[in-house]
Amino acid sequence: MDLSAINPILLLASLMVAATPILLAAIGELVVERAGVLNLGVEGMMITGAVCGFIATITLGSSVLGFAGAALGGALLALVFGILTQVLLSNQVATGLALTLFGLGLAALLGQGYIGIKAPVIPKWPVPVLSDIPVIGPILFNHDPVVYLGILIVAAVWFFLSFTRAGLILRAVGENHDAAHALGYHVIRVRLLAIMFGGACAGLGGAYLSLVRVPQWTEGLTAGAGWIALAIVVFASWRPWRLLLGAYLFGGVTVLQLNLQAAGLAVPVAYLSMAPYLATILVLVMMRAGRAPGSLAQPFHASR
Amino acid sequence: MIRLEKRTAPSRFWTYAAPLLAVVLTMVCGALLFAALGNDPFVTIRTIFWDPLFSEFSWYYRPQLLIKAAPLVLIAIGLSFGFRAGVWNIGAEGQYILGAICGAAVGLAFYPTESVFIFPLMIVAGALGGWAWAMIPGFLRVRFGTNEILVSLMLVYVAQNLLASMALGALRNPDASGFPGSRNLARYPSATSWINEGAGLHWGVVFAFIAVIFAYITLSRHIFGFHVRLSGQSPRAARFAGVNPGLLVLICMGISGALAGLAGLFEVAGPSGLISIDFNAGYGFTAIIVAFLGRLHPVGILLAAGLMALTYIGGEIAQSNLRLPAAAIQLLQGMLLFFLLAVDVLTHYRVRFTSRRVV
Repeated sequence: MDLSAINPILLLASLMVAATPILLAAIGELVVERAGVLNLGVEGMMITGAVCGFIATITLGSSVLGFAGAALGGALLALVFGILTQVLLSNQVATGLALTLFGLGLAALLGQGYIGIKAPVIPKWPVPVLSDIPVIGPILFNHDPVVYLGILIVAAVWFFLSFTRAGLILRAVGENHDAAHALGYHVIRVRLLAIMFGGACAGLGGAYLSLVRVPQWTEGLTAGAGWIALAIVVFASWRPWRLLLGAYLFGGVTVLQLNLQAAGLAVPVAYLSMAPYLATILVLVMMRAGRAPGSLAQPFHASR
Repeated sequence: MIRLEKRTAPSRFWTYAAPLLAVVLTMVCGALLFAALGNDPFVTIRTIFWDPLFSEFSWYYRPQLLIKAAPLVLIAIGLSFGFRAGVWNIGAEGQYILGAICGAAVGLAFYPTESVFIFPLMIVAGALGGWAWAMIPGFLRVRFGTNEILVSLMLVYVAQNLLASMALGALRNPDASGFPGSRNLARYPSATSWINEGAGLHWGVVFAFIAVIFAYITLSRHIFGFHVRLSGQSPRAARFAGVNPGLLVLICMGISGALAGLAGLFEVAGPSGLISIDFNAGYGFTAIIVAFLGRLHPVGILLAAGLMALTYIGGEIAQSNLRLPAAAIQLLQGMLLFFLLAVDVLTHYRVRFTSRRVV
């Protein structure tokens, strides 16, 4: 084994890239859960976004349109979940699982003709001046635009939840939907919008996997990333900035594991591949989760 | 304007009619999907739902139904205990894999000795393997309050990697000159789960029926079944009734893990025959659909597993005869679960048509 082959600067830079899909999916789910809805279908929305983004990129010839298509695909699939749980009042846990199973099937069907095609390379956008700083520059400021977009969305969600009236309403709906309803807020409308935002973010995360990380379409390419995103939301105690920390932690474990594989550590590949999942469990155990939104996973029915 | 009004008690009619309606709606939407894929919708629906049972080759397909349905019944029966009590074990796939690995390891350890004790030992090992894997999320939930959905699911990915390392390493057939996969247990008389291969009968089928009867009696006649149902419907009331919630979580997890482990063992010692990288066919996830389709009721699960097995077999026929993509069947199964959850609203709510007014 040759540990000197691992370059710490490259490692940290690729950590940011590895964390981005999980971060995108998790920030969407965070908003959904703050609105009091538990959508366990992140994995299904992610893989649907991955295939939609890939198809849109290949057929329309533009990565930007590809990511837009991925967000649209994820949001539409999330809307199915929204209608089932909010209008038809189905069990959120069961519906979320159904969404994952359905999404995996849908993605496999849609992606049939696209196996083996390579996605066009998305150029990096080095931030002027800042990317020239030694060490920090290549780690933080020399990435493709989606990495920055992920961080921007986290900041935007933090601002939205903490400083805007709409964010306050969303949190009220999540904490106590009966009280929010009594105050005249449209609980179901707020939740449907949150669910669609969550789907769009998961779709973006999926597209990042199929267009940048891999970058091609293979069946089951999300490999549990959606479930890890769900775990990170719990880890973050439903707070946006801690989400960033969580995503980088898991990105770190993933990248380190891949680097150790490449460096030829004397442990079978299969055991190293377990690392991100085991790390997730470990973190779920060690972190005392904060208080979940009061109405999380409770069905809302305005009965009189 | 359409309004939903909560029923005081679930409708008896819709409890039975809703799953049937869901199946019909799935067939209609499935037909549309097949038409969109360029297949004749009527021929495809007939191939999937009719041909396995009543076509001229049904003598071959009917035993296949037993083989596919047995693991689904075993796993879904186990899951139904937890789902009724609000314990969400989503990682049955992992427990299934671990049951198969542990059971097969015991069998392979005795190779080539012949003894009547080998297979019972394998059954115990398989059940223990699945049980132990399910105890991890169960224990973590009881002791640390972690979410059992996420932990059990993460363990599926861990189990899949473990399976890969076993198929390529410890359990690899030493006589196979480097090919991955273990020795074929179905060709090892003391370790095979087959009773009559031609009739599709293996010990998993027998255990599936035993599990259905056991679950039916437990849930409807035994105090434990009452506690399970009570905990799901009202955790607070259950605590006043003297239910120990932690113990209940562990027992529910244990039952579902052990049954999933058994399903894995019977599969690996019979229909699949050997431990290979991808011997698991996603039964652990399909069983979730089966459990809900059967309304978490043992007899319902039996019927639902039959229907699911039908879509598997029919799907395979449609795949080879009509060139229907395999993913279309997976989509059909997902659709079925969606419709089931959607029509469930009729069981608990009454639909009222009223004039539009301010609500």
